[in-house]
Amino acid sequence: MSVFAATEVLVAQNIAFGIIAIAIVVAAVRVVTTNNVVHAALWLVVVLGGIAAQYILLAAEFTAIVQVLVYIGAIVVLFLFGIMLTRARLGGENMVNKKMRPAAMVIAVAMFGLMAYSLWDFFGDTELEVMGRSTAELGQTTAQVSDSLFLTYLVPFEVVSVLLLAALTGAIVLARRD
Amino acid sequence: MFLNQFLLLAAVLFAIGVYGVLTRRNGVMVLMSIELILNAVNINLIAFGTHLSDPTGQAFALFVIAVAAAEVGVGLAIVLMLYRSRRSIDIDSVDQLKG
Repeated sequence: MSVFAATEVLVAQNIAFGIIAIAIVVAAVRVVTTNNVVHAALWLVVVLGGIAAQYILLAAEFTAIVQVLVYIGAIVVLFLFGIMLTRARLGGENMVNKKMRPAAMVIAVAMFGLMAYSLWDFFGDTELEVMGRSTAELGQTTAQVSDSLFLTYLVPFEVVSVLLLAALTGAIVLARRD
Repeated sequence: MFLNQFLLLAAVLFAIGVYGVLTRRNGVMVLMSIELILNAVNINLIAFGTHLSDPTGQAFALFVIAVAAAEVGVGLAIVLMLYRSRRSIDIDSVDQLKG
């Protein structure tokens, strides 16, 4: 009975993965092809939200929350402000570099083909063993992540905070009107 | 679930992001495509973190998110400067260094 229940949950997880993955890919294609800059930013919200949902499927709840807070809450708003301040013309043919399009398509497809081939070759049907294991066993609880962050990676963490400060100051110096 | 389904999703996102970076002429849109690429990397990090039962994956994903926030801040400031000096954010027209 418990085996049956486990497979059922597994199926549910796979269906959830499929739906979210399709939504992410469709929205990502719209981000790079739509002619309206504001629509692109809103499609980006769909992509980022879908990725947060995938993090939940992977039992990484803390990063999922951070993804929603930082990406959807801050970065997309920053993009919308950027669009507003540069008053980019909405629509129009000048959005996409027509000459580059076939070459870019070839490069993107070739990169995906190469990555897909090597992933398939190396990982084949490696099972992701999330089922039947608690988040603590997977090493993904917030406590374990914070231990990793503040013990093993304390120095990089401090460096990142200095980087954020430098970026903040740099952005203010660049964008200031004088 | 297979490990590969997450890795392939990330590969698709990465390829779409590369396509966007190469074809877009609007500076803000190029930055958005770079966000797609960074998110593809994050999916890989989290998938491997869960697969290997190691919190390092999540820790590195958080570092990538922080660096992405810094990158967008400075990138948008540069695009804003570009708009102020040229009244356009068409990055194909910025070719003074071409010689």
